[in-house]
Amino acid sequence: MSTSAPDAYASSSAAFFGGMASSLTSVFFPVMIGTFVGIGALAHGFGFSFWWLATSTVVVWAGPAQVILMSALGSGGGMIDAAVAVSLSGVRLFPMVVALLPLFRGRGTRARDLLLPSHFTSVTTWVESQRLLPQLPHELRIAFFNGLSCGYMATGLVAGSIGFYLAASLPPLLAGGLLFVTPLAFLCTAARGARQMLDRLALVLGLGFEPVLTYYHVGLDLVWTGLGAGTLAYAVHRLRQVAA
Amino acid sequence: MNTVVAELWPYLVLLLVGFLPNEMWRALGLVLARGLNEDSEVVVWSRAVATAILAGVIAKLILFSSGSLAAIPLPVRVGAAVCGFLAFLTVKRSVFVGVAVGEAALLLGGFLFAH
Repeated sequence: MSTSAPDAYASSSAAFFGGMASSLTSVFFPVMIGTFVGIGALAHGFGFSFWWLATSTVVVWAGPAQVILMSALGSGGGMIDAAVAVSLSGVRLFPMVVALLPLFRGRGTRARDLLLPSHFTSVTTWVESQRLLPQLPHELRIAFFNGLSCGYMATGLVAGSIGFYLAASLPPLLAGGLLFVTPLAFLCTAARGARQMLDRLALVLGLGFEPVLTYYHVGLDLVWTGLGAGTLAYAVHRLRQVAA
Repeated sequence: MNTVVAELWPYLVLLLVGFLPNEMWRALGLVLARGLNEDSEVVVWSRAVATAILAGVIAKLILFSSGSLAAIPLPVRVGAAVCGFLAFLTVKRSVFVGVAVGEAALLLGGFLFAH
């Protein structure tokens, strides 16, 4: 943990650059690089262009959603399938935005000042801001958060380009290894975030559902995996709560 | 005209299929930010669905790989993922260790058992 507590900054722009600096020294910085090198390699593997990848990083700004989008479109799935799967993975952003916005609201906060922070909300920026924002005065938080998010986004863009070009130029075995970074990193990150039985069960059931559905060529496989395995895990969680 | 459409089509797909379905949840959070807390049942269920779908993507990428990864035999990919995950569980739940060990196993297996 190399991130120091942010001191009060003299101005909004100082807070913005302070936020940016904190993103580059955070424990999430190397995780971000690994994830986006993997995403860049996947984009190349699925035949998307470099600028498409960069645009998707800026407008989607959620690693899992980008991977779902590419794998759903790239493996020949329909657009509806891809859109529903992306949307189901994006649901988790809703409670994050809901939990984050009260940290920004102060006297004189305008609604439009919250548009950019809500777009920047992702798992990484959310976790970091929960930790760092409460130490700052209200009027500097939006600028700090925007700086932090821009730092992470720039990291994602640079790492994505590196992955894209490495996948194009490496020998096949190493390029295959690069494509393996994303599933490995997501598996470990998801397991690390799964503190409750509910999350672990959803993870295990999801890993089991998907191969069966794909093997039997069931359409909308990711959607049914999410709804089926997720709801089953939730049902077990509720039953245990009732039994306890 | 047709070439312009052909060039812009992937970006249109990105906006319709990638941006909008994802961004609508942020917009909804912005509008409905009052009155929901992290422990409400809808939020708990949606977290389970999101976790399961991510797990589905992980399984898909490992088992039904594309590109250069598909050239590495399936048992090697599965074995490497298991090695990486076990290393992650044993060594301080470190994502870095999990990825490093999984990659090492994959490259070694791929080198030994390539098609």
